Amino acid sequence: MTSASHHSEVTLRVNGKPHTLRVDNRRVLLDLLREDLDLTGSKKGCDHGQCGACTVLADGRRVNSCLLLAVTLDGSEITTVEGLGGDGEEPHPLQRAFLDRDAFQCGYCTPGQLCSAVGLLAEAAAGHPSHVTDPAAPSGRPVPLDRTEIRERMSGNLCRCGAYPRIVGAIEDVIE
Amino acid sequence: MNGFGYLRPGTLQEAAEAYAAHPGARYLAGGTNLVDLVKLGVEQPTVLIDVGRLPLDTIEELPDGSLRAGATVRNSDLAADPRVRDRWPALSQALLSGASAQLRNVATTGGNLLQRTRCPYFQDLDKPCNKREPGSGCGARDGVHRDHAVLGHSARCIATHPSDMAVALAALDAQVELYGPEGTRRLPVADFHRLPGEHPERDTWIRPGELITAVLLPAATAGVPSAYRKARDRASYAFALASVAVALRVADGIVDQVGIAFGGLAHRPWRARHTELALLGAPATPDAFEGAVALELAHAEPLRDNAYKVSLARNLALDVLNRLAPATATA
Repeated sequence: MTSASHHSEVTLRVNGKPHTLRVDNRRVLLDLLREDLDLTGSKKGCDHGQCGACTVLADGRRVNSCLLLAVTLDGSEITTVEGLGGDGEEPHPLQRAFLDRDAFQCGYCTPGQLCSAVGLLAEAAAGHPSHVTDPAAPSGRPVPLDRTEIRERMSGNLCRCGAYPRIVGAIEDVIE
Repeated sequence: MNGFGYLRPGTLQEAAEAYAAHPGARYLAGGTNLVDLVKLGVEQPTVLIDVGRLPLDTIEELPDGSLRAGATVRNSDLAADPRVRDRWPALSQALLSGASAQLRNVATTGGNLLQRTRCPYFQDLDKPCNKREPGSGCGARDGVHRDHAVLGHSARCIATHPSDMAVALAALDAQVELYGPEGTRRLPVADFHRLPGEHPERDTWIRPGELITAVLLPAATAGVPSAYRKARDRASYAFALASVAVALRVADGIVDQVGIAFGGLAHRPWRARHTELALLGAPATPDAFEGAVALELAHAEPLRDNAYKVSLARNLALDVLNRLAPATATA
């Protein structure tokens, strides 16, 4: 057990690089990324888990980084929008598709949309159903993604510019 | 936000001991609600005891045909489990109708049951709220209460319980398993949450220091046709205005087994016992369903601005009942 002091040491791998930091227990992952690691791609929208702008991948799953206390993530692998393309110069196919489709206007929600879409593709491939998946569909098989599925599965990411049709289109491009 | 300590016990016993040793401590699992409440100042823990990594993250079949879902199983994993989808589909559907994919990836089974109301007066420190601050009054009763309770509310509190999952668990006769200093006990999920009465500050019958360790889905409802339907203000990612979970088995046109619970109508998942009693042994017909649902909702006491919930809940229940009843019975 760690002590009950108000600070803790935490080690995270962020975009493949290990970081050991002493954090205030109140520090949420989003603030750690932006303030401590200067990774400002992840955005603070509502700060209450309602908008999705802060979405990152934690151990491969999409999460709201504004609601995760950094201290609870010791040992986790975090991927932010800065790390989606890996080590190479090339952007992730989804980033390319967002550019090709012009799937944003102001761009503030885009990093969260991208990380969320990466998580979506993995979830569907792993057979995770959604609210709009036919309950009679066979369990445990990859779920085909049509526009209805994509819209439902992306509903945790708000876009106040209303770029939704092109966001859905960009995700469809990557699936095809 | 005040500072707080952080402990990560390795066992249930260590967790309970840490709770006993630290007044003002709170257990933390996924934190999707608790961290938000800490940010809002509604919760001001001295210490957070992280139980999210305790080995409670498995779903296992028991020899009697029941399914035991550990308290830290993530909502997304419980919803995707093929056994849940195939045998207790209302539970999977309820989970998938709640929150967003990001939240479901983090939120846990135990935490879902213990989440607090989203009543805006409860979440706003500048407003009176008997649930947050006993004796301060209720701002919602004469205020903005379109989303609030129509069944079982009290003069002190008209809040609703926000969980979809719990509604399905209540209809499916699930039990919640609790670990505490005095040992392990089980309660029906349908009886786990309280009505507000004089003490709306108490959401459930959990005792101080107790931990949820699992939820048990009984063999008796395995394979019984079931479904969940929810009405909300937008197509996705919103709390229920009203919802219903139904498990219904019909044999030779007669209702053989039935469990119904409403969400969004009360301080707890509202098990519709009057409806169930009226339907057991009755013909599975639209008329019978309509009469039986009316018996339950006759107990509703809508507030100034939420009477719409009564007819909404009625229509949801009738739709799901008629859908689950075999076609021959409804023809």
